[in-house]
Amino acid sequence: MAAILLAAVIVVSGGPEAKRLSVYSATANYSLPVTEHNGSDYVGLLETLEPLGSASVRVDGRVWRLRFNNLDGEFSNGKTRVRVQGQAFDLASNFLLENGRGLVPLSSLPTLMQRFLGTPVNFHETSRRLFIGNVAVHFTAQVNKTIPPTLVMYFSSPVNPMIATEPGKLRMVFTHEPLVPPGSQTLTFDSAAIPSATFQESNGAAEIAVAGPVPLFARFSDDGRTITIAPAPQAAARPAQSPPQPPAAPPAGPVSQVPLGTMPPANVTSNPGQYFAVVDASHGGDERGAALSDQLAEKDVTLAFARRLRQELQAQGVTTLVLRDGDTTLSLDQRASMTNVAHPAIYICLHAASQGSGVRLYTAMLPTGGENRGAFLDWDTAQSGFRAVSQTAESGLAAEFAKREVPVRSLLAPLRPLNNITSAAVGIEIAPPAGKAADLNSPAYQQLVAEAVAAGIEAVRDKLGAAPGPAR
Amino acid sequence: MIPRHLMIGVAAMLALALGMSVYVGHMRGRVRQTETPVAYTHPVSAPVQGPTEQVTLYVAYDDPGVLRAQAANIPLPAGRQERAQELLRALLGLYLDKSSSHSLGPGAEVLDVYLVDPGLAVIDANDAFADGHRSGVLVEELTVASLVQTLAANIPGINRVKILVGGKERETLAGHADLSCTYDVTGVSQMVAELQ
Repeated sequence: MAAILLAAVIVVSGGPEAKRLSVYSATANYSLPVTEHNGSDYVGLLETLEPLGSASVRVDGRVWRLRFNNLDGEFSNGKTRVRVQGQAFDLASNFLLENGRGLVPLSSLPTLMQRFLGTPVNFHETSRRLFIGNVAVHFTAQVNKTIPPTLVMYFSSPVNPMIATEPGKLRMVFTHEPLVPPGSQTLTFDSAAIPSATFQESNGAAEIAVAGPVPLFARFSDDGRTITIAPAPQAAARPAQSPPQPPAAPPAGPVSQVPLGTMPPANVTSNPGQYFAVVDASHGGDERGAALSDQLAEKDVTLAFARRLRQELQAQGVTTLVLRDGDTTLSLDQRASMTNVAHPAIYICLHAASQGSGVRLYTAMLPTGGENRGAFLDWDTAQSGFRAVSQTAESGLAAEFAKREVPVRSLLAPLRPLNNITSAAVGIEIAPPAGKAADLNSPAYQQLVAEAVAAGIEAVRDKLGAAPGPAR
Repeated sequence: MIPRHLMIGVAAMLALALGMSVYVGHMRGRVRQTETPVAYTHPVSAPVQGPTEQVTLYVAYDDPGVLRAQAANIPLPAGRQERAQELLRALLGLYLDKSSSHSLGPGAEVLDVYLVDPGLAVIDANDAFADGHRSGVLVEELTVASLVQTLAANIPGINRVKILVGGKERETLAGHADLSCTYDVTGVSQMVAELQ
């Protein structure tokens, strides 16, 4: 009975995180499952070697023969003694043959890899990260004492970590990059806004956690070689040393729904005008969006468009914040909260689709209900006071697309988080120019769309700046 | 010496046993065939029989990305709730056709429609409806608008519509169209006007 209960608890809780081994080499970076046998960690040897060269296996009874490039290895089920090119040595524990798969103890993997590859191998055993040859990615970090202060991290190769924000820190998890620790695991900076960063490795991944008393944002540049971390726009306007504000008492009833993990706009100091435009690359992280083709995910296309659009807008002097500037998971509530906190004149969310052609512009179709109470707006209909200015922006964009002969339609859509935004808000769904999804990745097409959007915003800039307040 | 009649008896019994084995093997094979799950490609057809009525279905067309009002004659039961269910089943039947103008994933089905006073209709679709739906703002919007407008145009008194999937609320249909909200029929009518 107890065993059944325990099993049920494990099933319900999803069980412990599966163990992984990450292998980094000049040829490929990849991750493999690690299984436990008789208290030791094991990994499949063929799977580990396959991405690195030509590997084949022959099973003769209890003997498992591996050929990798021109080298031969011989392993016997249940024995520690193995031979590679005729040279015998012992594994840390028995070799296991399981359904034709040859499993070797993880602790012996560096020796085996060294013998098969003839290259120096560096194994971080506790974190299960195997570095083959000189592949390590190094980084440096320094705080620039600008206002607001920024932490600039330079990497020796492009990186694309998963980014998560938590109260008090910003975490960057590197699963595919052979990132190695700097001299010290903890870096301290002479800055109250960004006092420290820590490096740690576990389960086949490296993580940098940047501590900060205020919410932090990460931005990528230099093709992913530089990550700049700065306080979120609204947080930057507050002194870092200020004591935390007690949370405002929520209004009675389910009127104002404040998403978890974000700051309610009523709780922060207003600093309108820091960013004129907020560009939101939809989807990201675990959420891939539409599969535009076998290789093309919507989240990647929207990110590429967002970066290009920021460049175009900034070239026109429009200060722009890209909400998701990496492969990050952000909920719709988080996107709306971050935008509302930044108080932009316009919010643009980007989507991509393989159906149809040209561009479709969307303004919010508001759901039923919605009752504002004093300064607190109903979350689901927060856009209601900004519909006119959203339509103005939409018209400006449509006119610019028409000028460039890009087919354009303007529609209402039940598309979150447009209805939660307290400024002009327009969704843009970019379809390929002539029905071929691969063209969504074409730099020329992306540039054409980005230029049209930037010109459209520029054309209605004065009208957006005078955005009316919410209906009370 | 074994008596002749005993030998014949044993031979007959062996032949019978052999015959029975072959027959049992054959029967087991047939049972296995019957138990093989059949791919479910269509919703349960309307169980309604009898005279048909003319209704207006709002049918999505992906190619130009529009919604068109289309007259159809379908058998409808007397009850309001049952009529609502049959309407939406007829609509989904169009989308599940191979030559559909707006195809849905195999097995997509409306499980139930509940009419809750005052004026609220709750559509409960099955998981296949959302899991197999293509992802995109317009393509999802067309599905939502088609369901809501078809219901509102044919069942008087409906002014709000909520869409559930497998009896539960979902954040979006397939990553875009909001399913966490309750749709206002007036708002959807504006959306439909733009989609026509």
